[in-house]
Amino acid sequence: MGTHRSEQCRALTASEDGSDVTFSCSIGENIQLLVDRPDGTYCFRLHRDRVYYVSEKLLKGAASIPRDSLVALGTCFGKFTKTQKFRLSVTALDFLAPYAKYKVWVKPGSEQSFLYGNHVLKSGLGRITENTAQYQGVVVYSMADIPLGFGVAAKSTQDCRKVDPMAIVVFHQADVGEYVRSEDTLT
Amino acid sequence: MGRKLDPSKKEKRGPGRKARKQRGAEVELARFLPPEAESGRKKLSSHARRRAAKRRLGAAGRTAPGGGRRPAAKEQGDSQEGSPIKAVGQDPQRQSGFKDDNAKWLTPAKGKKSLSKRTSVELSSNGEVEEDSWEMEEEEQEDGSSEELMDDYGASSSDEEELLPIEKAALKQKADEDLSEDDSEEDEVAEETSRQKTGQKEKEDAELQLNLEIDEEFKLPTDEQIEKETAEPPDLHVIHQRIKSNMEVLQDFGVKREEGRTRQEYLALLRRDMAAYYSYSDFLLKMLMDIFPLPELINFLEANEVPRPVTIRTNTLKTRRRDLAQALINRGVNLDPLGKWSKTGLVIYDSSVPIGATPEYLAGHYMLQGASSLLPVMALAPQENERILDMCCAPGGKTSYIAQLMKNTGMILANDSNAERLRSVVGNLHRLGVTNAVVSNCDGRQFPKVLGGFDRVLLDAPCSGTGVISKDPAIKTNKDEKDILRCAHLQKELLLSAIDSVNATSETGGYVVYCTCSITVEENEWVVDYALKKRNVRLVATGLDFGKEGFTRFKDRRFHPSLKSTRRFYPHTHNMDGFFIAKLKKFSNAIPKTQKDEEPAVEAAKPSTGPETVMEPQAKKKKLESSKIAQEQKKPQPALKKRHSLQEQRRPLKAVRPSPHKSYAQVPNRKKHKVKQNGQ
Repeated sequence: MGTHRSEQCRALTASEDGSDVTFSCSIGENIQLLVDRPDGTYCFRLHRDRVYYVSEKLLKGAASIPRDSLVALGTCFGKFTKTQKFRLSVTALDFLAPYAKYKVWVKPGSEQSFLYGNHVLKSGLGRITENTAQYQGVVVYSMADIPLGFGVAAKSTQDCRKVDPMAIVVFHQADVGEYVRSEDTLT
Repeated sequence: MGRKLDPSKKEKRGPGRKARKQRGAEVELARFLPPEAESGRKKLSSHARRRAAKRRLGAAGRTAPGGGRRPAAKEQGDSQEGSPIKAVGQDPQRQSGFKDDNAKWLTPAKGKKSLSKRTSVELSSNGEVEEDSWEMEEEEQEDGSSEELMDDYGASSSDEEELLPIEKAALKQKADEDLSEDDSEEDEVAEETSRQKTGQKEKEDAELQLNLEIDEEFKLPTDEQIEKETAEPPDLHVIHQRIKSNMEVLQDFGVKREEGRTRQEYLALLRRDMAAYYSYSDFLLKMLMDIFPLPELINFLEANEVPRPVTIRTNTLKTRRRDLAQALINRGVNLDPLGKWSKTGLVIYDSSVPIGATPEYLAGHYMLQGASSLLPVMALAPQENERILDMCCAPGGKTSYIAQLMKNTGMILANDSNAERLRSVVGNLHRLGVTNAVVSNCDGRQFPKVLGGFDRVLLDAPCSGTGVISKDPAIKTNKDEKDILRCAHLQKELLLSAIDSVNATSETGGYVVYCTCSITVEENEWVVDYALKKRNVRLVATGLDFGKEGFTRFKDRRFHPSLKSTRRFYPHTHNMDGFFIAKLKKFSNAIPKTQKDEEPAVEAAKPSTGPETVMEPQAKKKKLESSKIAQEQKKPQPALKKRHSLQEQRRPLKAVRPSPHKSYAQVPNRKKHKVKQNGQ
């Protein structure tokens, strides 16, 4: 943990909240929905450069575990890189997917390709929500409505219609294939 | 090809002038004319036609088929026997398939194997058997053939007739061989080990009547033979047969033993052979021989050579078993529900896609998990909104199962001492959508100092792994006594910590489930027995209705009788990894002191099923007066109310004595305060 920051597992400060740009981009103002849930208040905690989404009850229960021994709490949403940029991780998928405003559906043929970490091409694009702006954070689904991961729209919806089949339409950010490919780096 | 009814060829039957007349003509014609006149039949070669004609000829003057079993009626030479076989009477004509001068060398393909024996047939040489069956077939064919040809509609069983009798014989022999292969091996095995081929022949000649009984003795190899064997590379086939015959002798030792040889010598030889054949260390084999009776031991060793079926557990947080099964079947996976004891398990027979990489797996709909790993969590039975500790959680299969049973409520502390393996825990928990878990990296023995007062604790202790040899064959050789004792020591410490981390006064809980994937008694019953002596716990039923009961005594050790409620699972009986599960209930948060007075306090907690006699083994060691007091105070009851009363009564006893362990000094006091509040 950096010396200029307090060392406890702590709530996100305002600046850090603000830097969760991709985060808010993906689900917009629905962040409040994540915090105030019917089954109790949830909060975000920072621990070892990672942001965890935990319920208050869980937090109280885990309070007495020594910092060094604590590995993970609740669900990890993402981490702060060394330059303090926030990178959303695929483990947040289940929570963000229902609130996503902009979705992209991928054809079955290129599902596997996305799961290997490749970008989505126009030829693999099944559907896309209307009015998606360029560089908008999106959630990628399979045609069976299983969430596959996060991405960033490379083209707005209108442009997607015009572009040729080999062009990239969604940049890959995170996908569930990482559970198998990069299990080690999830922690 | 359809069978056509040809009215012109219709044969008249019955008494009457015309029947007689035409019948004769039909028969005459059928004898000589080729059967291709009848439509729907395959064109027979000239060879086959000649044979068919001869068959029809012979049909008239045939005797009963019983003659087919005549031993002497052999025309065909058995190439292996090398002995010429005489033909009798009609046989040369019947054996029209092979010309007489080819009889010696021409055998049907199946004849090469020397192992076929038909128990129904008296003879034991396969050539003879095969001929018998062939002959019988022919005879049947002959008897039936005339009728078939007589059939008005030409609708004889053309399909069956397509198969030449020799083919039928071959099929029959193949079926027989599969059945009797084992029999014949055992028969052959009961010979002296040095002579295989010759012995087989001698035996076959000797044993005309008794395929299954062994007349010849199994003799222990002499010293020269042993030396010869150690010099050469081991012949596995010989060793395997020797193992089998040795086992048979040992099972019926009084009758089959060699004079002057002890049982120990046979056992020693058996052990050596099994160690060589299955590649086990001598130590491990000795231990296994103590645990299993001999026939079961062979089954166990064989089961360890084969992997257990792949099983998965549905993640009910995200999907249902039905839907998951449907989705996987659509991907080309062949699966079945695991059994009626599990509502979430599925067993995978085969799959065209890798099971660990389907989109359903990545979406967290299921977890690859052994069937035996489902059992401890079922025994633990976690309830919603409880606090659960999983002390050795990696790779997280049981933890996630606990979470799904609790429906993501409450709190689970998933702990493991190995930071590397914790990564897979985090990965799995996230993938499966578990939100109520906190993952920590502490040594299990640090609990409850780190955190205590859990409702339930699951301890899947690190062990020697003798139950999962099929997954890791290296265990066969690299485990020795020191390893086992070291594991046992660690397990004892962990179990005591686990017991201390449970809150006995919890309304819904107070349970510890101890499980290992090992089948040794030192790591299982011994550890649980130790815990029973050292802490205020007692064993309760696991809730699993299948599985073998744990040992209550083993070699020179005697365990508490309640160990019968623990369960053992074996690869060869349940087709899952070897496992041991024990469920303990803590009835008092106080820790018995290690002084001798404390033993009776533990005795008082024994299950009510056992009367005073149950207490005798332990009572012998310790003071009896205290035990009487304890017994007077209460009868052991599983009910919650009595537990409280026990604690209240117990407190005066304990309050006077100082605690030997400083680390525990705080805990009992704290808990005693708690108890006071609850009790009053």
